[in-house]
Amino acid sequence: MFLFAALAVLPYLLSYSQQEIAVLLVINVLLVCSYRLLTLTGEWSLGHVVIMGVGAYASALLAKRLGVPVPLSLLLGACIAAATAAVLSIPLFRMKGFYFLIGSFAAGEIIRLIWKRFTNPFGGPKGLKRIDPFPDIDIGFLSIDFYEPVNYYFLALIIVSASVFILYRIERSRIGLTFHAIHWQDRLAESVGVDTFRYRTLAFVIASFFAGIAGGLYAHYIGAVNPTRFSVDQMVYVLVWAIVGGTATFYGPILGVVVLTVINEIVLRGLGVDTARPLIYGAILILSVLYLPNGLESLGPRLRARWQRWRGGTVMAGGEAP
Amino acid sequence: MNGQDEQPILEARHLTRRFGGLVAVNKFNFSVRAGTIHGLIGPNGAGKTTTFNVISGYYAPTEGQVFFRGIDVSGRKTSQLAEMGLIRTFQGSTLFQEFSVLDNVRVGRHLGARAGFFSRLLGTDVLSERKADEMARESLAFFGLEHLADEPVSNLPHGHQRMLGMAVALAAEPEVLLLDEPFTGMNPEETGRMMTLVRRIRDRGVTVMLVEHDMRAVMNLCDRITVMNFGALLIEGSPEAVRHDPAVIEAYLGSGAARDADGPKRADGADGAA
Ligand SMILES: Nc1ncnc2c1ncn2[C@@H]1O[C@H](COP(=O)(O)OP(=O)(O)OP(=O)(O)O)[C@@H](O)[C@H]1O
Ligand SMILES: [Mg+2]
Repeated sequence: MFLFAALAVLPYLLSYSQQEIAVLLVINVLLVCSYRLLTLTGEWSLGHVVIMGVGAYASALLAKRLGVPVPLSLLLGACIAAATAAVLSIPLFRMKGFYFLIGSFAAGEIIRLIWKRFTNPFGGPKGLKRIDPFPDIDIGFLSIDFYEPVNYYFLALIIVSASVFILYRIERSRIGLTFHAIHWQDRLAESVGVDTFRYRTLAFVIASFFAGIAGGLYAHYIGAVNPTRFSVDQMVYVLVWAIVGGTATFYGPILGVVVLTVINEIVLRGLGVDTARPLIYGAILILSVLYLPNGLESLGPRLRARWQRWRGGTVMAGGEAP
Repeated sequence: MNGQDEQPILEARHLTRRFGGLVAVNKFNFSVRAGTIHGLIGPNGAGKTTTFNVISGYYAPTEGQVFFRGIDVSGRKTSQLAEMGLIRTFQGSTLFQEFSVLDNVRVGRHLGARAGFFSRLLGTDVLSERKADEMARESLAFFGLEHLADEPVSNLPHGHQRMLGMAVALAAEPEVLLLDEPFTGMNPEETGRMMTLVRRIRDRGVTVMLVEHDMRAVMNLCDRITVMNFGALLIEGSPEAVRHDPAVIEAYLGSGAARDADGPKRADGADGAA
């Protein structure tokens, strides 16, 4: 409840450029949450940002070339991202662990190469520009212009909240239990009838669908996409958010992306060192792996334990005193 | 008892599995009759686990076939075989160590608790999930583990973990259950209790095939026994016949493995023959 109120007033406390960052943050929350669903089965992909790009390109092209209305193009774009994942899973899930990681990277690079190579329809290295924005809502008494970051923030917030809620439901259902089971003991899962290939594909397809939504939200907000925007550098940020936040709980990666964005945009920009972002992200990653190996999500329980020990200590000390 | 002419529920014909130059299973034949407890024994490295791995679809056979209910199932995937009712357990404690005891068995209900994607999402699968929970608890109760349902698996002593492995398999409602060394790591009292439970599983109509080094348990429990050595069939017969077969005694004495040797030796009364 408090969280909702905070999210609702947040944009009014921010400057215009900070509002723009808030929109991107909301989109990134969906990106990293969908990524976590994929990691539940134990496979870490390096192609997730490219899949987001598939959603972005598809939604943009559907709107630009075929005149599909924007909210619908977003949904169709996500479906195309999911379908791409379904096709890719046939070669990729013959591999596991490190080989899957490399395979997913290669698959992503092939997709990016296609974007660069085929100027028609993908626009080549320059990508697509002047992508249709969300249509304004104008029904007499109510008129919303989605060019305004505040309005787009709320639109993205609603779509992302709904998506994150669906991801949460999936994880808490038997489907999520089965994903975890495959991660920890795929042979035992197989032995009681789990088709691990099907479930790995399912996780990949669902994750890609929501990455596609994130991509569509991005494309129709910024109005331009290009292959560089979905390069492996961007993927590294997703990995850092997930690792620094921790992937054992649902909220870990959200914590990671929010905290790191705040650090990046407020602290670093304030100090005027935001161009050193990759360097500082690298340092944060190393520090967190060394000193907080279970991520930011483990901080809460750890602090609580320490607090209780401290209180227990004072109570005991008080008891000893006459 | 079943007649001799009845079709075996599980059968291997000329089953061969090679790893590079090593022939782990070599033109191996056996047949298991429905409703029996069937032992598979042999010295260390004889190829018993590999045989289970091939039957259960983890490895494809290099040559030969496996028949389940008269159907050639060679090379089918483990999950497909599980769907047909062929469920195996593992040598050692292969469990979801990070899960609670109950969640382990709930995964075992995978095939029984079907529901569509959207009914999972909307939560309309509650009824089938409640039923799955119930059956999972029943399976735990069968092994006397129900009071541990909410414990993390890693807190369980080894013997309990072995039982939990079987509870997971039983929750999958097997028609044929393959047990790889079910009594290892159990004390004599636990072994005795497990033997009773394995008999009860058979009496429920489940065919049991088990690999075990505890000869006293094997001889007491099994209706029939297949002995393998160096990947090949040595003899198949009743416990009585196997116990007195010179080739079996030879194989065990020859292997020199202390934990194998005491069984047949004692059974034969040939202590000190070595
Ligand atoms: N994946 C594998 N790759 C190579 N060799 C293997 C593999 N699995 C088993 N082997 C070999 O096959 C032979 C049979 O092993 P297996 O595990 O089936 O024996 P076992 O009868 O189960 O022995 P134990 O009683 O010790 O469990 C051994 O020589 C083993 O080293
Ligand atoms: Mg073995």
